[in-house]
Amino acid sequence: MRVPLSWLREYVDLPAGATGRDVQAKLISAGLEVETVEQLGAGLAGPLVVGEVLTIEELEGFKKPIRFCTVDVGKANGTGDPQEIVCGARNFAVGDKVVVILPGGVLPGDFRIAARKTYGRVSHGMICSARELGMGDDHDGIIVLPPEHEAGTDAIALLELVDEVLDIAVTPDRGYALSMRGVAREAATAYGLPLRDPALLDVPAPNAIGYPVEVADPTGCDRFTARTVVGIDPGARSPIWLQRRLQKVGVRPISLAVDITNYVMFEVGQPLHAYDRSRLTGAIGVRRAEPGEKLTTLDGVERVLDPSDLVITDERGPIGLAGVMGGAHTEIAEFGEDSGTTEIVVEAAHFHPVSIARTARRHKLGSEASRRFERGTDPLATSAAAQRVVDLLVLLAGGHAEPGVTEIATPSQPRTITMAADHPDRVAGTVYGRETVVRRLQEIGCHVRGTYADGFTGTSGQEVDELIVTVPSWRPDLSYPNDLAEEVIRLEGYENLPSTLPRLPSGRGLTDGQLLRRRIGRALAGAGYAEAPSYPFVGTEVFDQLGLDGDDDRRRAVRLANPLYDTEPVLRTTMLPGLLATLRRNDGRGSHDLALFETGLVFLPKEGTKNGPARPPRLPVDRRPTADELAAVQAALPDQPRRAAVVLAGARERSGWWGAGHPETWADAIEAARTVAREANVELTVRQAQYAPYHPGRCAALYATDAADGTELLIGHAGELHPRVTKALGLPDRVSAMEVDLDLIERAGTGRVSGPRVSTFPVATQDVALVVDGTVPAAAVESALRDGAGDLLESLRLFDIFTGPQIGEGRKSLAYALRFRAPDRTLTAEEASAARDAAISAAAERTGAILRGA
Amino acid sequence: MSAPNKSYDPVEVEALKPEAIERMRDQALAAIAAAADLDALTHVKTAHTGGTSPLALANREIGALPPHAKADAGKRVGQARGAVNQALAARQTELEAERDARVLAEETVDVTLPYDRRPAGARHPLTTLSDRIEDIFVAMGYEVAEGPEIEAEWFNFDALNFPPDHPARGPQDTFFVQDTEDPAALEESGVVLRTHTSPVQVRSLVTRDLPVYVICPGRVYRPDALDATHTPVFHQVELLAVDEGLTMADLKGTLDHMVVSLFGEGMTTRLRPNHFPFTEPSAEMDMLCYVCRGESVGNPDRPCRTCASEGWIELGGCGMVNPKVLIACGVDPEKYSGFAFGFGIERMLMFRHNVEDMRDIVEGDVRFTLPFGMEI
Ligand SMILES: [Zn+2]
Repeated sequence: MRVPLSWLREYVDLPAGATGRDVQAKLISAGLEVETVEQLGAGLAGPLVVGEVLTIEELEGFKKPIRFCTVDVGKANGTGDPQEIVCGARNFAVGDKVVVILPGGVLPGDFRIAARKTYGRVSHGMICSARELGMGDDHDGIIVLPPEHEAGTDAIALLELVDEVLDIAVTPDRGYALSMRGVAREAATAYGLPLRDPALLDVPAPNAIGYPVEVADPTGCDRFTARTVVGIDPGARSPIWLQRRLQKVGVRPISLAVDITNYVMFEVGQPLHAYDRSRLTGAIGVRRAEPGEKLTTLDGVERVLDPSDLVITDERGPIGLAGVMGGAHTEIAEFGEDSGTTEIVVEAAHFHPVSIARTARRHKLGSEASRRFERGTDPLATSAAAQRVVDLLVLLAGGHAEPGVTEIATPSQPRTITMAADHPDRVAGTVYGRETVVRRLQEIGCHVRGTYADGFTGTSGQEVDELIVTVPSWRPDLSYPNDLAEEVIRLEGYENLPSTLPRLPSGRGLTDGQLLRRRIGRALAGAGYAEAPSYPFVGTEVFDQLGLDGDDDRRRAVRLANPLYDTEPVLRTTMLPGLLATLRRNDGRGSHDLALFETGLVFLPKEGTKNGPARPPRLPVDRRPTADELAAVQAALPDQPRRAAVVLAGARERSGWWGAGHPETWADAIEAARTVAREANVELTVRQAQYAPYHPGRCAALYATDAADGTELLIGHAGELHPRVTKALGLPDRVSAMEVDLDLIERAGTGRVSGPRVSTFPVATQDVALVVDGTVPAAAVESALRDGAGDLLESLRLFDIFTGPQIGEGRKSLAYALRFRAPDRTLTAEEASAARDAAISAAAERTGAILRGA
Repeated sequence: MSAPNKSYDPVEVEALKPEAIERMRDQALAAIAAAADLDALTHVKTAHTGGTSPLALANREIGALPPHAKADAGKRVGQARGAVNQALAARQTELEAERDARVLAEETVDVTLPYDRRPAGARHPLTTLSDRIEDIFVAMGYEVAEGPEIEAEWFNFDALNFPPDHPARGPQDTFFVQDTEDPAALEESGVVLRTHTSPVQVRSLVTRDLPVYVICPGRVYRPDALDATHTPVFHQVELLAVDEGLTMADLKGTLDHMVVSLFGEGMTTRLRPNHFPFTEPSAEMDMLCYVCRGESVGNPDRPCRTCASEGWIELGGCGMVNPKVLIACGVDPEKYSGFAFGFGIERMLMFRHNVEDMRDIVEGDVRFTLPFGMEI
């Protein structure tokens, strides 16, 4: 809402010296978001006067038509002689009154005017357009003034060119502030001054001789006022003051009747509509649209109406979308049209906010009117607003009001709220006192009645100090005690609230899962990974690029009804697409040695549902949902497990003066999974696997044991990506990746570590080299060795792998260092050897291992 | 060795004359001093203290002296040998020190060599900033609550007093999950990507025992295209306190505590009236500009980029929990009251760390993330 300061002063006697900035500060403190204060006419300097065009000479021979004019500017030029001015515009004629700036004047933008030679003549000044004067951007043409203004009159004052305009962002609950009346009320309260309410008018009583109106839907329209003005001069134009005020609030003047309805809407906040009576047929009606009904609105668009749209009708059908936009057919004729409007029916109604909001949204047709109805207008202002329009039509258009006054109104009671007198104090945490509370509520227009004075006894049998507050008709947002508390607190100033801290019960700190996630993030970052959260939106073609089978579960993804981009309609079922895209972006920007990680949710439709959740039940809001209801809602949501994933490319360790580095490999990816698991004190079992999008020979499935029931859990996968996948995704060669389920890892966590007994007896070390078939997994050999070695084995480490002709085709030699130690004695050489031999025979039995050199 | 002898041979005892012993000692000391390195010193040691050295030989002669002369000669030889051994040891230490110094000097390296063998990692600043904010409140006794990102409308809107026709519930402001029954429908599924972490507040109120003091960090979604100041996926931190007797002053104090913890002593917040469905009264919260502390306002000589010389930085929304929200969660609004606030941490990251473009935060470029390290 744009509020010209000059207009605001009409309703409140603001201090003479108060600037727009001052008023802004006061209103902000009262809770109106005044975003800017625009300085109109800043830098403008006269002489700027009314001129009458005396002669026009068309200059030939230039690229565009040019006029050499003489203009009577009265005594403004000191001589009274006609002023010679060259002008490029053409929308004026001899005898027109125009706005002339004389040499010495300055236009906004520091445009200084001087006599100058142009197009072969000397131009002594300039004939001005609205744009040049900073009056608005809507037309380039010269301003042609109504003929009654005398040449030489100061145009800066006449056109009210110097002003300040407050721009207020009005929150949805404060519809009343979409009017001068509402803002003036706030300003009056903020300055402690009286308000001249523009809606306080003498209005004749309703009668039966007004224009006939039939309201078929009293819920959608609980109040409808109609007035008629006849004898209107179709040639009458809006006076300058009216046009200027509309321009300042951001509305283009159109015709007198339309300008007046707009003006009154901005003044009192009541949207109005003016019908050309000659174009109406029969009674005006208000009803819901019929299916398939059509209406061409003022903007020239033919709209198919919905049965829930509220429409205004006459005998022939819809003539307007109620509260949103009028129909083209009954439009007031524009000034100058042959069939000029001489008789007008004025509509001032109150519509149900939700109905208007739905219609405006459905037809994508927001208007100044719908904006106000949606937020709730003052139902008691309709007759005053209609009266104001009638008065202005009589005053400015030479019309006269017909005696008929139509008013259809559903009887209603003023709303009251009962509130403890100290409720605002208890909400705020400070003491305003009863007197202040009552005064503040009265200032916003409430009627306040106390119960305490009457010795009112509450239901508890104790005397209570309650206020019975009748809220004003223009504040439909006030319904509950907290609403009233807010009014008191904001008027007393949010800035005056004390700053205190509540006394909290002791908290339990972060949960084990939250701590685990932080540790995992630190561990991965410590291992050289950079965290890179990505958007979860993916395109379905990525599943093909990842090489997923047609029936792979990861293709079952939650789909969005309104994705941001049609190319990314579903939500991730695996972390890899986002991370790999981030890797590709970094690689493309010249970072080639990359280790990235992300933790976050993936979205998996529940088993047995299609791609997406079932509809959850719509629960009530007037009570807590039952456990069953909550469970039903939960069941409708997809599973959203938390995952951790890494991707790697380029060098894991760089080459340098210290020697050679090495590229990242599948082993780094598996190690990243171990790094994650280690933070949960989980040991991963690694098995060879074939799983997209990994290289079929370089993929590990990762398992852990459920701490609760001992079952084996598939935690995730790791390895090198399939070459086809890196190619399809445009990635560098040999990218490795891993993805594990953090929820499952948490389930596998064993919790507290038992402190190991540390033996101080000497260690006995034995190295063995075992030859096995090349396909035997090292993990199988290792676990056989461990099992065979028994309790004396302290640790075991694979320190070398050897292949070659000495070993045999298709075979490999694994070299292990075994360390034996007893808790209670020094081991003899025989004991250590026996344990080693037992380990070897277990490996021989389970993996066919042969001791090398034996 | 010759046996003691009464017959005294003056030639044989020449070596035990005091001058001779002094000469032997001086020669030895000179040789020790002249030894240039440890090898030379070893030779000197053999030559002057070994079994065939003059002093050793002289010592051997003592036995041949008459008893009255033995003690005297013995003392002289002993003193000479002592002086030589002492000099040897001193020179040994000296030469060893020289050698050690030389060897270490030879082992000198260029310690300014770069060492980027294993590239460093980092946590994302949004994660660490969120952690930091959580820690402030955990220290006060709050607990961290979490919830799903795909959420039922009841949690995301209905329970928070958004009327069915509230504009925020439209597809312009909310991502809707496709309805399985009617895939063409835009908003029928009743399931959305949560538009704020407020549904976690509702879940906390529904599932936890009162009083409830929680902080709800997390990812949220709104259909805005990515540009320098917007992202469709962003992070919020919200706080909810529901207890007996909580007031707006408590809200203000909690906010003040947060900005002091995050931005330092002297920081404060400002509340401006606003409107949200889920709070009443509601307020917009600003924090004092931590760079200029408000001194740029009306002071064209000291403009402030961080706050555009407004003196305050917009933080987010807050207010007293609307009693209707409490009712929907089964909390008696006659007995309990609460406050809540929420803000986006991308914006806070931007003004706290001079980040100018939202895209740098969301694109995952390691050049952006790495400098933030492990904590923020
Ligand atoms: Zn600043």
